[in-house]
Amino acid sequence: MTMREPVFALIDCNSFYASCERVFRPDLAKTPIVVLSNNDGCVIARSYDAKPFVKMGQPYFQIKDHLRRHGIVAFSSNYALYGDMSERVMTIIESMVPALEIYSIDEAFADLTGMPGDLSALGRHMRSTLLKRAGIPVGVGIARTKTLAKLANHTAKRLLDITGGVVDLCDPFKRDWTLRNTDVGEVWGVGRRMKAHLETMGIKTAMDLAKADPWMLRQKFSVVIEKTARELAGTSCLELGEADPPKQEICCSRMFGNRLTQIEPIKEAVATYTQRAAEKLRAQNSLCKKIRVSIRTGMFNPEEAKYANGALVELPYPTNDVRLMTKAATEAVNRLFRPGYKYSKAEVLLMDLRQPGEFTDDLFAQSQPAMADKVMGVLDEINGRWGKGVLRVASVPTAPGWAMRRELMSQSYTTKLDQLWTVSAR
Amino acid sequence: MSIILLGPLATGGKKLPLYSSRVPAGFPSPAADHIEKHISLDELFDIRAPHVYLVRIDGDSMQGAGIYSGDMVIVDRSIEAVSGDIVIAALNSEPFCKRLLLRENAVMLLSENPKYPARHVMEGDELVIWGVVKYSVRDHDHA
Repeated sequence: MTMREPVFALIDCNSFYASCERVFRPDLAKTPIVVLSNNDGCVIARSYDAKPFVKMGQPYFQIKDHLRRHGIVAFSSNYALYGDMSERVMTIIESMVPALEIYSIDEAFADLTGMPGDLSALGRHMRSTLLKRAGIPVGVGIARTKTLAKLANHTAKRLLDITGGVVDLCDPFKRDWTLRNTDVGEVWGVGRRMKAHLETMGIKTAMDLAKADPWMLRQKFSVVIEKTARELAGTSCLELGEADPPKQEICCSRMFGNRLTQIEPIKEAVATYTQRAAEKLRAQNSLCKKIRVSIRTGMFNPEEAKYANGALVELPYPTNDVRLMTKAATEAVNRLFRPGYKYSKAEVLLMDLRQPGEFTDDLFAQSQPAMADKVMGVLDEINGRWGKGVLRVASVPTAPGWAMRRELMSQSYTTKLDQLWTVSAR
Repeated sequence: MSIILLGPLATGGKKLPLYSSRVPAGFPSPAADHIEKHISLDELFDIRAPHVYLVRIDGDSMQGAGIYSGDMVIVDRSIEAVSGDIVIAALNSEPFCKRLLLRENAVMLLSENPKYPARHVMEGDELVIWGVVKYSVRDHDHA
C-alpha cells in the first residue's frame, strides 16, 4: 500500500464580523462596515470596502466624523450573532469534508487527503454553498501542508479577481510561483521580528525560507520556524490539531461602561465576572483553588488620581461552586476598594486549576461536597435551557448600570425569539 | 375529527413521547409499554440545521397564504427557489416576503392579498433570493 499524500484546505471567512452584520441587512450589501471592540472602544473588524478608509485599532471617538463622511456604518460587537453564524459555517463545512479542525471563530483547517476529483472544484463548491446557506463569503486555500494551505488562502484573497477565492497549490509549478511572489512576512507564523531577522540573512520571500537549511533555522531560532520552512517546501509536519488541553487559568475582565466610585456596583461587577468565569471553569470540567481579583482606575487620563490593586484569595478546597467563589471574590473587593477614586475596570482570574479527583495537597484535605456538584449541575442545565443568567447568584444584577457601552449593537437575529429578523410583507 | 393526545409541549428541544394508543384517565397507563419514538418540533422544522433560520413577518400581504403579521416563518437557505415558492427576497436591497413566480420572460413577486398588486421584476432591478419559506408558526393565544 502506498502512503497517500496529505492534502489540507484552509477555509477562512472574509471580514467575518462585518459579513455577519450583512447577513440580515441586505441594504448594507454595498455599504462599508466597521465593528467596534467591547465598550465601543476601537475598530476590530472592517468590511473589504471599509479597509481603504479605516485602520484596525483606530479609536472610535477619533474617527466618528470620518466614518460619517465616507458613509461607513459602525456596529458594536455582537458576539452572540458571530458565535451563532460561526457555528453554522463550521457545521456546513463539516458536512462536506472528512475531518475539520476549527482554528478560530472564522477559520478552519480541513483534511482532504484521499478525496477524489478536482479539489479546486470542491473548494468552489464549498465557497458557493457557504455563500448561499450562511451568507458568508470565504476564501479556500488547498495544499500539501497546513502552512501552504494558509499561503494558498492568503493568495486566494489577495488575487480575488483572478482566483475567484479558491487557490489549489498542490501543483508544484503553482506552488513555486506563489512562494516566489510572497513576502516572507506573509507566511503563517512569521511575525514582524522574525521577518526582520530572516531578512538580514537574505531570506526575503517565502521561497527563500522554503529553501533555507532547516537545521540552521532550528539552531538559530526554533523548531517552530524549522517546521514552517519544511512545510513550505512541501513536507507536512503539522497535522489537524487535537482539542486544546484544559486552560491553566481562566480570566474574565471588562471595562465598566462608566467610571464607578461606589463599592456596591463594583462588587456587582466582580460577582458577574466571577459567574462568567465559573461557567467557563465548569465547561472545561475543572476546579479552582485560588482567585485573583483586581480593580483599577483609568490609567491614561492625567487629570484622574490613579489606583490599581489586586488580591489573591485562597479557597478552602478546589471548587467550581459559584456561590463560594462569589463570596470570596466580593470579599476581596472589600479589601481592595479605596474611596475617592474613579474605577474603570475589574478583573477576575481563576488560578491553580485542577481536574476533579486529581491528587491534591494531602489525604485529609477537604474537597467540594457532593451536594455542591449537584447544585452546579442543575444551575448549568437550567441556564443552558432557558438562557444565560436565568439562574444566578443574587449579587449579579440583570441590568447593571456599569454594563459595557454597546450603543450600536445589532439584534440577536438568531439567538433570541423576541429579536428575530423582521421582514416586510407589504 | 379524531385527535391523538400528545401531551404537553416542552420547549428547548425536549423530546416528547408519542403514544400509539389513547390513555384512559385514572388507570395506570397501558400505553407506557408502547412508546414507539419521540417527536420533536425541532426535528420537524429542522430548526437546528445550519441553513435554517427563523424570521418574523410584518404586514398583511401574505394573508391569503395563511401568513399573518407577527407570524414566524421557518426559512431554508439550502434549497433553490422554484416558481410558486414563498420566499424571503431582497428587491433592490429591501427584504420582502412574497411568492416567487418565474415565467418564460418574466419574474414576478406576488402578494396573497388583493390589496397588493404583483411586482414585476424589471431589468435594472436587483433581486436576491435569501431563502425559501418552509413553514409558518402563529401564536393563536396572543394573535
